[in-house]
Amino acid sequence: MHISYQVQAGDFSNAGNVSSNIKKILKQLNFHPSLIKRIIIALYEAEVNVVAHSYGGEVVCNIAPDTVIIVVTDTGPGIPDLSLAMTEGWSTATAEVREMGFGAGMGLANIRKNADELTIDTGANQPTSITMHFSVSTEVKNEP
Amino acid sequence: MSHDEPFHHTLTIRKDLCQGCTHCMKRCPTEAIRIIGGKAHVDPERCIDCGQCMGVCPHNAIVIEQSDFQQIFQFQYRIAIIPTLLIGQFEDSITELEMIDALHAIGFTHIHYAEFGVDILKTLGNKISVYADAHPVVSSYCPAVVRLIQLRYPSLLPNVNLMRTPAQIAALYARVKLIDQGIPSQEIGVFYVTPCAAKYAQIMTPGSATSGLIQGGLNLDSVFNLMQSYFAQRPRHYKVSPTKWEIPIITGPAFLWSLTKGESAMMQGRTLSIDEVHNVIEFLELVEDERHENLDFLELRACDTGCTGGVLTPRNRFLATERIKHHAATLPKILDETHRAQILALSDKLIHNLKIDRIVAKHSLQLDQDVTVAIKKLEQVKRITAALPGIDCGLCGSPTCRALAEDIARGNASIRRCVVLKVTDPKGLNHLAKIWGEAVQKEARIPIEQQPTPEV
Repeated sequence: MHISYQVQAGDFSNAGNVSSNIKKILKQLNFHPSLIKRIIIALYEAEVNVVAHSYGGEVVCNIAPDTVIIVVTDTGPGIPDLSLAMTEGWSTATAEVREMGFGAGMGLANIRKNADELTIDTGANQPTSITMHFSVSTEVKNEP
Repeated sequence: MSHDEPFHHTLTIRKDLCQGCTHCMKRCPTEAIRIIGGKAHVDPERCIDCGQCMGVCPHNAIVIEQSDFQQIFQFQYRIAIIPTLLIGQFEDSITELEMIDALHAIGFTHIHYAEFGVDILKTLGNKISVYADAHPVVSSYCPAVVRLIQLRYPSLLPNVNLMRTPAQIAALYARVKLIDQGIPSQEIGVFYVTPCAAKYAQIMTPGSATSGLIQGGLNLDSVFNLMQSYFAQRPRHYKVSPTKWEIPIITGPAFLWSLTKGESAMMQGRTLSIDEVHNVIEFLELVEDERHENLDFLELRACDTGCTGGVLTPRNRFLATERIKHHAATLPKILDETHRAQILALSDKLIHNLKIDRIVAKHSLQLDQDVTVAIKKLEQVKRITAALPGIDCGLCGSPTCRALAEDIARGNASIRRCVVLKVTDPKGLNHLAKIWGEAVQKEARIPIEQQPTPEV
């Protein structure tokens, strides 16, 4: 199944709404709690990135019984040096953004840690598209 | 408790009094209530016995199962485990000694405060220790909150403290103490006076944490009534001799445990106290997403003001809370050496019995156990929701339009229930009912009394 949500740039007070909505859906579908947790942590980071660093964007979520694929795309301005952006603790967030409790520089690193597969398509003055694959089989089938 | 064993429930709807008014359905935090045929029905798979519905019912149609008080007399030794909030149910004119006198008069031979369990724990270790696999530790004190986590937040089950609750520890101590004096265990009956539906339900669930330790639960309001009758029938100017009964021992901090912030005040590190079930839900969503920092302990209670807000407490919760705090201030801060020694003498029998079994998840909110089927049903829910008016009027008997859409996708309801569509677009409704199903075969899954109760 296919769901999509818009994400507004700079709307920090609503950052996290998309992840909350998707979490509710995943829980109703009886996915393993630890899979849901991984998805939501990664998605939340990606959502905050769109709010904090982009001109706005969209989250598209494709749910199948064996995989969950989430594509987060924005309309720019892009990441000039991706390997630097993947470094834990490195952030371009402004002081204002940091004051709101965001911009710790863990975003992309946290996404990489939680997604089974991660593709990032970006560049200076380009839109950024992040594709996260989550595989159901990664989770232990046992109860938490 | 084995996997997905049903909860025992204590809340029942009196069909003779229920008007089908939707107050309870709108209030229920787990969307467990539906109005079918003009009467409220509770889905036992979803109900967490928080008692919110009972609090808002304008017709007193929701009642809590009553156990027969006379059952206590099957035992020669009848121990009452009373919550400290019992004293808060009386005005200052009833002293603690008079309260104890009344409890003896109605039939108990031994009386302990449930929250004395806190003092026992503190004596056995140097602090209140916790058993949990994940951080922050979530209190297991409120059974409605534990059920809520089992149902809605299974990923947080490793955070739940598996330490027995103070009442269970007090019950264990009371029994062990009498056995130590040579009294056979089968002659001892331990009864817990419960201020709420959830604690009663916990005691009655087979294999639950309290079974064996506690022989039965007694509703606080009925015990209160028996005590009030005793007070009413006492001779005028009746005075209880100060030496007639032993006042159950407890410290001031333990006395406050069941109130909001009472438990967190005794925990190490950074703590947070949240009361009222909807507030608890709001916060558990955050905890689940790990969007919080540096918290060590969460005290979560389904009732506001803590247990004084329990549905079985007769007196105003704020007045009750005030009296409990006032009384606690008169109590010692730490346990004296004599009582410490008594506890430590029994420590071998207590210390290996402080942990409860792992708590398992419930799977009642999911659309289907099979993910493939669940995804199909969710697609359907999306389409049905789009066709519904979206005003959440509740006239269909489901709490929201979305809930009706889920009921239809589950095969538990037909879209014909939608009163708004029936009025605005009857032709369209016919069409939709053909697509999504007319027949409501599975409604029998919700236990309905076969014969309608005649109106009283």
